[in-house]
This record gives sequence, C-alpha cells and structure tokens, in this order.
Amino acid sequence: MPLTKIISISGKAVPVAGADMDTDRIIPARFLKCITFDELAGTMFYDERFNTDGSSKNHPIDAPQHAGATIILGGENFGCGSSREHAPQAIKRSGVQAIVAETFAEIFFGNSSGIGLPCVRASREDIARAMEITTAAPDTQWTVDLESMTLSCATASFPINMPAEPREALMLGKWDAVVELMNAPEAVAALAASLPAPSSK
Amino acid sequence: MGKTLYQKVWDAHTVGTLPDGRTQLFIATMYLHEVTSPQAFAMLRELGLPVLHPERLFATVDHIIPTDNQCEPFADPRAAAMLNELRRNCQENGIRLFDLSSGRQGIVHMVGPELGITQPGMTIVCGDSHTATHGAVGSIAMGIGTTQVRDVLATQTLAMSPLKVRNIRVEGELRPGVTAKDVALHIIGKLGANGGLGYAYEFGGSAIESMDMDGRLTLCNLAIEGAARCGYINPDETTFEYLKGRPYAPKGAEWDAAVARWKSFASDADAVYDDVVIIPAEEIEPTVTWGISPDMNIGIGGTVPAPEQARDEEGRKAYTTALEYMQLTPGQPLKGLPVDVVFIGSCTNGHITDFRAVAPYLKGRKVKPGIKALAVPGSQMTALQCEQEGIAAIFREAGFEWRLPGCSMCLAMNPDKLVGDQICASTSNRNFKGRQGSPTGRTLLMSPIMAAAAAVTGTVADAREVFDIQ
Repeated sequence: MPLTKIISISGKAVPVAGADMDTDRIIPARFLKCITFDELAGTMFYDERFNTDGSSKNHPIDAPQHAGATIILGGENFGCGSSREHAPQAIKRSGVQAIVAETFAEIFFGNSSGIGLPCVRASREDIARAMEITTAAPDTQWTVDLESMTLSCATASFPINMPAEPREALMLGKWDAVVELMNAPEAVAALAASLPAPSSK
Repeated sequence: MGKTLYQKVWDAHTVGTLPDGRTQLFIATMYLHEVTSPQAFAMLRELGLPVLHPERLFATVDHIIPTDNQCEPFADPRAAAMLNELRRNCQENGIRLFDLSSGRQGIVHMVGPELGITQPGMTIVCGDSHTATHGAVGSIAMGIGTTQVRDVLATQTLAMSPLKVRNIRVEGELRPGVTAKDVALHIIGKLGANGGLGYAYEFGGSAIESMDMDGRLTLCNLAIEGAARCGYINPDETTFEYLKGRPYAPKGAEWDAAVARWKSFASDADAVYDDVVIIPAEEIEPTVTWGISPDMNIGIGGTVPAPEQARDEEGRKAYTTALEYMQLTPGQPLKGLPVDVVFIGSCTNGHITDFRAVAPYLKGRKVKPGIKALAVPGSQMTALQCEQEGIAAIFREAGFEWRLPGCSMCLAMNPDKLVGDQICASTSNRNFKGRQGSPTGRTLLMSPIMAAAAAVTGTVADAREVFDIQ
C-alpha cells in the first residue's frame, strides 16, 4: 500500500496553549456519535472555541490571521485522557499536519503516528518562543523537519525530538502498520494455536 | 535476573520485530464497543480484509445507551444507528455480542472480568483508554485507537514498543473509610496526571494484596488517569477465587492447568523495575478532586490549594484555570461545598462491591431533597445481583434513581448529563472540563461511600463522620 512519505511539513502555526489538553477538549464527546471519521472536519477544540450559544470565544484557531495553519503549538501532556482516535482524526481533518508540544500522552501519540500526523516534542522554552513569534507575526512560515529534527522559520530554529521508530515509519511512508503486520501469518497462527482463547464451553 | 509480569506477557505474545524496530505483539483478546469500532470495520472493508480471529473478539454496547429506558427505537437516532452498526459488524463477522437482550450487557470493562473472559497472562486491548482495568487480574491491557482496532481485526496483532515498568507499593493497612478509589486518586495526585508517561504501573504491597478484585479493578482502571497506559496486579489466590466458576473461565482439569500457567506470569521476586515508589497506606485519606484533572485532588480534611502551591509555572497556570472553571477559592475546604447531582456508577465504581459497600449506610437514610442522585450498575449481571441482594431496593428507598446498566453520566454520550454549572459528586474517572455533558459542568471525583455521604447531606462530606465509620 503506497503511503505518503512524511518528511517535512510547512505552513503557518497556531498556538493551543495549556498543559493537559485532554481529548474531551480536543473533541467533545457529543461529536463521537459518528460512524465514519469524515464528519469530524472542523470540530477540533470545539468547546474551547465556541460558547454554548455558538458565539466565538476568540480562540487563536478562529483568528483570521491564523487561518489555514498546518502546525499546532501545544503544551505538556497534550492529548491526555481517552483513547478516542476521533481526537487526532478531528485535528487532521481540520487541516493540521503536525503538532509540536512539550510532551504527548501515549495513546494520542500512537494514534496520531498511525494516521500520518507527526507529533514532535520541543522544550518548554522553545515552544514559548515559537508561540511568541507566531503571535507577533502570524504569517510566519514554519517548517517541521523530521530529517534535521528542527522546527524552524526564517528567524529561528529549535531542536525537536521524536522516538526513532515512529519517525522512521513516517519518513519511509510506513506509518500505517497493517501492511507489515500481515507479513508473518505463519508465526501469528503458531502463537494463536499456543495461546488459549477464552471459551464458554 | 528475574522478570516482571509485563516482560513475561510481552515475551509470550511476541511474534517478531517489525522493520521499523517495533514489536509485532499478538493480542489474546480484544473487546469492542459501539463508539470506536464502526470506523475500524469500515477501514477493514475498504481494504477488503476479513476478520482473522473472531473467536478472540467480544463486543458489547455501553457508551450511547440510555439508562432510563432501553426499549428500542431509542429517542436519539444517532445512538440507534451506532448500536445497529455494531450489531451488523458482529453478525457479519461472527463476533460474540453481549447485546441488550443477553443478560450480559454492560460497560465493556465490567463485562470482561465478570464473565471470566479477562484472564491472567493475556494481552488485552480495546478502543477505550480504561482498558487498563483488565490488568487487575494480571494481564497486560491497553487502550488503543481505531486504526489499531482495525489492525487487530485484520491480523490479531499490533505494532508496539514496550513500556518501562514502575512498581508502586502501597504498604500497610488502609484506614477505615478509605477505598481503592482513594488509593488511586492519591497515587495520581502524588505522581501527577502526566507522571506515568512511558510506564506500565505494577501495583503491589500489602494494602493491594489484601484488596478484593473489584477494588483492584478500580485501581487499575485509573492507571491511565496517571498517564500509565496500563496498570496491573500480579495474579494471586484472590484472582483465582474471583475467576473460578465464571462463564468463560476454564473448567474441570483445564482449571488446574490454567492456574499453574497463570501463576507463572507473576513478577519474579528478584524482578528489576525501572522505578519503584512506596506509599504508606496510612497516609491516604478519603480523597476528592477540586480541579479539572484527576491529579488536582486533596484529602477530605484539606483545603483547595492556591496556584503558588503548584510544582511549576505551567502548573500555576493550570491551577488558575481550574480554580476559575470550578468557581473555587484557594484555602476553601471542600467539605461543606453544596452539590447538585450525585452519580454512583461507571467502569470505575459500578461494581457489585461498590453498591454493597454503600447500601448498609443508605438504609434508613434519605437523599437530601433537591439533589438528583443516580445509581447505575455497570452491567446487567451486577444489576441482577443488586436486585437479588435487596441493594437496589435500598437505593430506591433512599431516593436514588436506580438506572439500567451503561456508561451513563461518566461521559455525556447518552441522555445522562449535567446542566449548566451543576456540581456533581461522581464516582467516575474524569473531571475534565465539560466531561459530564455540560461545557460548564463541574465534576468532583470521589469514592462511592463519599458520593453517598454527599447525597444524604447535599454537600461534600466526610463519609466517616456522616456514617460513623471507625
């Protein structure tokens, strides 16, 4: 299955500040009542962006100067909480192609990598600096580069990091694991035969 | 050098190493529910692949079902569509579904252990973060995303990297009125909501060893709230006693062989851990959350902290946001804070033991007028037991609404929701902003007896004082 090799992502950035940005805030539960992920475009961070009466909370995501941003700048423990893949799906389907944050929750990170949405870490100071730059000059063009492991713009460059395996998988276009998982049917069958399955008999 | 249960189970389920360096891990059992599986089946159909091991998959419906009236059609057509999609996917692929009419339906993390499908030494996954629950019997259980659900449907394996293991030992005896829920909240408070990142939590020590299985399920359920993707407890006599005779547990001669095999998975005495944390049981109080993350919690005797008390600058910002959202003031005690709603249930505290623990204290008492109190057994089997033991009658008599099994007010995907900025004394697992269905709703996490004390007094209260627990 040919997949896009994800090596570098460029575009405007948008700050989504705050620690513990949980998946209920990324995608409120009421949007989970869907049978396909197609319905999720535009729903990311919904209750962070809109009041209950539908009026805007003036979140940076909705600021005209950040329109079309492809990179999210986030805080510590980004994506904590539920395992709902709806969270990275909503982000990806809203046009975001990479997330730079201080740390990521485990399941969110795996879910994102598995759908080709790179999540890279940067230091608190560097993210704060990048947020400052992008807030002062929203048109700043950033590049998240998995080759050189940097987040950079014309005036600044910050080191980023990511575990080796998902980085490799993204760069080789092998981020959807199912192809590799189908390569060893005999070994899987042998293990299945040796490990008892629960039975009511 | 000895091995941990985590390493042993990992090794026993390793198929091989993938080109990117990750392990291909065989999955012994996968649970499915209606929220995170339909998209996975759709992806599978797109790829034209069959389900490889339907006999290792078990499904039920929990998140979207109403708890007041489960007659179909449901009032919410989207909920009905999700249930019907699950039925179709299970039917087409020969997957066992514990449907509403089965007598075995319930919250997926209640149903698996109750039926004895969840067994020691297994790798278990589900598209749900609280899958960590199943580690209580000595399995490696993890929440996964929907694309990974598809991977397991197609190959019964996952691409994974191993976690580190942190041994958390709770030593000594828990004080009266202190439950597994308090232990879990205390640990999360101590290590932080982010503290378990990259770790599996092995819970041990004398306080855990003497804990019953439902308490262990509660503890492991909350591992993920401390960022540990899985939590587990070594299998012991309590585990075997719990599993014996359950519908899917091994029977006859197979039972003895299974127990011998299960015992072999327990961590070796000389196992090496990546980290060890020791917590004296005596320091744990009945614990209540005050903020919007489960680690924002205090003992019932404590007061709401000020932002300056947070660990760092990021923490100070988080405290400020939380205080504003919760409408609380630093220095204020939680005790005496009026509540609007009480919810006893969820995969965290919807077990038979939770209702048994509360019932004697509710007998002869009434829910304070004006308080909406919901009691929601986690499964049909638990609901039936509660009826048979007279527990349901006690809750009804006290003024609780005794509901039908489901996730209910834990997560706002069904009609049970907070309204406006109501405060809910809740036995569920997450106090995130908006979690219980109102974008301004406020959640205080606590144990079932603490929630019951809130129900009868109408305020956050110390259950030990209200019910004279000594």
